[in-house]
Amino acid sequence: MTDNNKKTLEEILNLAAAQFKVPREKLTPDDDFFKTLGIDSLQALDLLTRLEHHFNVELPDYELQGVSDFRTLASRIQARL
Amino acid sequence: MNQFQGQTLSWELKDGVIELALHRSPCNEIGSLTLGELERFASALERMQGDAHALIIYSRLQSGFCAGADLRELYHGAQGMERKAAARGVREFLERIHRVMNAIDSAPLTTIAALNGITFGGGFELALVCDLMIADKMARFCFPELRLGLIPGFGGIPRLKRDLGNAVVRDLLLTGRSFNATKAQQIGLVSQVVGEGESLKAARSTAVQLGKFDRHTAIAAKKFIKPIPYEELRKEIDIFCDLFTQPAVEAGLKKFVESTDAQPYLP
Repeated sequence: MTDNNKKTLEEILNLAAAQFKVPREKLTPDDDFFKTLGIDSLQALDLLTRLEHHFNVELPDYELQGVSDFRTLASRIQARL
Repeated sequence: MNQFQGQTLSWELKDGVIELALHRSPCNEIGSLTLGELERFASALERMQGDAHALIIYSRLQSGFCAGADLRELYHGAQGMERKAAARGVREFLERIHRVMNAIDSAPLTTIAALNGITFGGGFELALVCDLMIADKMARFCFPELRLGLIPGFGGIPRLKRDLGNAVVRDLLLTGRSFNATKAQQIGLVSQVVGEGESLKAARSTAVQLGKFDRHTAIAAKKFIKPIPYEELRKEIDIFCDLFTQPAVEAGLKKFVESTDAQPYLP
């Protein structure tokens, strides 16, 4: 994993922890974020929008379909930075 | 009636501004109850518009402006019915919602959609009847209908084409992807993007500005710049009803209604 990927992953974990009020130390890169954060589809879209704003990227939904862990999410975002 | 408190929506006329608030959980899905109250609003609008220069439509729910048609009601209502009979019921619903949408679209006052969160399908189509869209940064737009084997049915395609052009319609319709308020502003759909939770405040401020102009002039300007695409709207209803008889629709609706997927809104 490159330094950029690590930085992106760290920022996603921080953002998710803050948004869903989960202690940061409880989140790990390979967590299934739907389960760990306990979020529904509306909250998933909310997270998607926050990530787009944070990284200033556009993330088409279909690129994220099937993505459920933070590490893969970070690599998809990194590909658009 | 200058004031109304309904089960799914409420309105009030004050200082020349009508505010229509949507408040049906979980995300203002439009089913028969909402439609009935929207029809009441359309009738009241005719009576109120002489005393108003602006209309603001907004959601009181944090989840979003409106997630579109009530797909659960649509699915359960069609269960056990012969497809053609179900399609007749759908046509009647569409004819009614189109009358409401057309009434708001052509109303002789300036209309503002104050948007937050989910603005999907029929919710996006409701926003599209308004003259101006003001979105908070968390607003998100989408036409997800293709995955149900349908097209948008509340007038979205003709109105989006009227406002933005065919290429944008194709992108949204054919990919079913959603996009955020910043993108919506970049493509010219949204006129102002404001901070989270601030769209109603910005819409109210804009409504004050609108009240400074001569009303007759504002009405003439709107009539000139905003034709109603009646012919395409009729065609949309026909195509929707034709598609509704296809097996793909029942399968698509079933998948949505019975899904435990955490991402049912994602195409």
